[in-house]
Amino acid sequence: MAYQNIFTQVQLSHAPEMGIEMKPGSDPRGTAVAFNHLFGRFGQAQLGPIYLGWTGLLSLLCGFTAFEIIGLNMMASVNWDPIQFVRMLPWLSLEPPGPEYGFSPIVPLAKGGWWIMAGMFLTLSVLLWAIRTYRRARALGMGTHVFWAFMSAIWLFLVLGFIRPMFMGSWSEAVPFGIFPHLDWTAAFSIRYGNLFYNPFHALSIAFLYGSTLLFAMHGATILAVGRYGGEREIEQITDRGTASERAALFWRWTMGFNATMESIHRWAWWFAVLTTLTGGIGILLTGTVVDNWYLWAQQHHYAPAYPSTGVVDPALGSK
Amino acid sequence: MKPNLMLRLGAVVIGAALLSACQLGTKSTKQEGYRGTGMDQITLAAASKKIDPINVVPPPPYDPPKPGGRPAKEAYQNVQVLGDISEDEFGYTMAAITQWIAPEQGCNYCHNPANMASDELYTKKVARRMLQMTRNINTGWTQHVKQTGVTCYTCHRGQAVPTENWALPAKGNEETILGNLHGQNKPVIATAYSSLPNTAFAKYLLDSNSAPIRVQTTYSHPSKYPATANKTTTMEAEGTYSLMMHTSTALGVNCTFCHNAGSFQAWNMSTPKRVGAYYGYRMVRDINGQYIGSLASVFPKHRLGPQGDPLKVNCATCHRGINKPLGGVSMVKDYPALRPAGPMVTAAAAPAPAAAPTKMP
Repeated sequence: MAYQNIFTQVQLSHAPEMGIEMKPGSDPRGTAVAFNHLFGRFGQAQLGPIYLGWTGLLSLLCGFTAFEIIGLNMMASVNWDPIQFVRMLPWLSLEPPGPEYGFSPIVPLAKGGWWIMAGMFLTLSVLLWAIRTYRRARALGMGTHVFWAFMSAIWLFLVLGFIRPMFMGSWSEAVPFGIFPHLDWTAAFSIRYGNLFYNPFHALSIAFLYGSTLLFAMHGATILAVGRYGGEREIEQITDRGTASERAALFWRWTMGFNATMESIHRWAWWFAVLTTLTGGIGILLTGTVVDNWYLWAQQHHYAPAYPSTGVVDPALGSK
Repeated sequence: MKPNLMLRLGAVVIGAALLSACQLGTKSTKQEGYRGTGMDQITLAAASKKIDPINVVPPPPYDPPKPGGRPAKEAYQNVQVLGDISEDEFGYTMAAITQWIAPEQGCNYCHNPANMASDELYTKKVARRMLQMTRNINTGWTQHVKQTGVTCYTCHRGQAVPTENWALPAKGNEETILGNLHGQNKPVIATAYSSLPNTAFAKYLLDSNSAPIRVQTTYSHPSKYPATANKTTTMEAEGTYSLMMHTSTALGVNCTFCHNAGSFQAWNMSTPKRVGAYYGYRMVRDINGQYIGSLASVFPKHRLGPQGDPLKVNCATCHRGINKPLGGVSMVKDYPALRPAGPMVTAAAAPAPAAAPTKMP
């Protein structure tokens, strides 16, 4: 048979693959199954069966509630005008409570109460989904790596919206829900705390983020390049190496003298991705709580270069 | 190369060009700070050659009169500000002001033709206060306007009401989310079309009691003592960010015209331009508070903003997209009446002008 890849594939119709038996005491798994040729061009042609369970169901409900609170607040802010809602959507936001409310959980709905509620439902939603990834992994006899990676992302999310505002004693330190508003918040945050680029944990987070893209590009390219030898069957190649794995390894040894293994490359990628949000969360948490001006901190610790003085003096000093 | 490869290469190049934010045409760059800090201004050569007619200085109404002659206060009645200049210079200045502010309506925009001395038109009272203001700017705010100075035209540009103005925004009902954008999240030029607060002018430029613009802490770690702690929140820092976006847009420059982006706060890394901007903000507060603010009861209703306050100035009112208004041409040198040499003569009537505030905190 000719070499097949995503462009030359032949999709066979067959009886759906229903998966392994459920563990005793599990919730029932759905039975709806469908096939879609287009889906097969991007991944598996078989859709379902899905296991929703109570964590999945509650997660979707909470996520939907948060989505509705945010969306309806945005729509109310333009007087329920659907045209304005679409036109202004990138600018619209649901703002956290102002500084006058501190970290009080009781805030009038119109003044940030909706934000707290949306954040609460969104947090419940992602945590329930995380539990679901843990339980499904266990049900399949897998490791729980997906769960821990997801928890790393949730850590950054919670630092931004809950943990840091709690330490700062003010909801107003949290991020608004909105497309441009959250970006403006990011810039204002960096401006307020003396340039986040001088925050070493921010630097680590960026290094891991860019490192992740680099590793993903290298790994993706390597596997595609040895696809003609069955290299995409990575898991089999870990235990039962074939020519694909050997060639991939040899390619990198020739190119840069060192090669990852079929297993280690995935550990590299996992750690880089997980450390992006883990270090990012630490960097955000330290800002304003431990360090108030990252530029001055970096100067004090000889972490960043001091540029020659321009000789300009603060005009406010002379008049005091 | 095979033609196929050439085609592919061409497609890649064109695709990359389309994806990039490239602007065709020659650019000129000017380094404004230490190498490697990105402190430079990049301008499109063609755009910098083309001068908007709005930014061209108009010629004087006629040749400036020779000094000397009868003082205006002896020649005319009720001359409260320009009384000490000569009768000829007074006429010349009035002719220029008419061209600058009411070229179509003429003298009658401010004067009752039957009695030129009468203060019955509100525009005359406003004009008198504005003359006091202009003279104060040219003598008291030289840290911002330098020796270039300003004239009525710097703001007015042939319009009775300068086109770049602002007023306190309409107060919405803060108790409801209905139609409430919280004073932000709206694409307006005042915030450079960002979602930043559009109330920054009201917060920072209203008068000399306006909020401090600075948000950063001058020490590394949060202060243990509540008295010295910097309590500015990230949310509040957005206001300063918004004001800076306005200034940048109004002057047609980027952040590094004044700042080293490594530390927006550090004065010893900033360019001398930042000192000019520092006094500029204080000058605007003085103009809005002491001069325009004092006219609140003089203006008729149709000249007031939604909260009943007069229309005020910001950076754009004079700058109009360029860092030196009117291309840096000193217009005031042709109109000495607007820049008195000696100590300022303050009029008895009208609200008393503020003392030259050269020592603003």
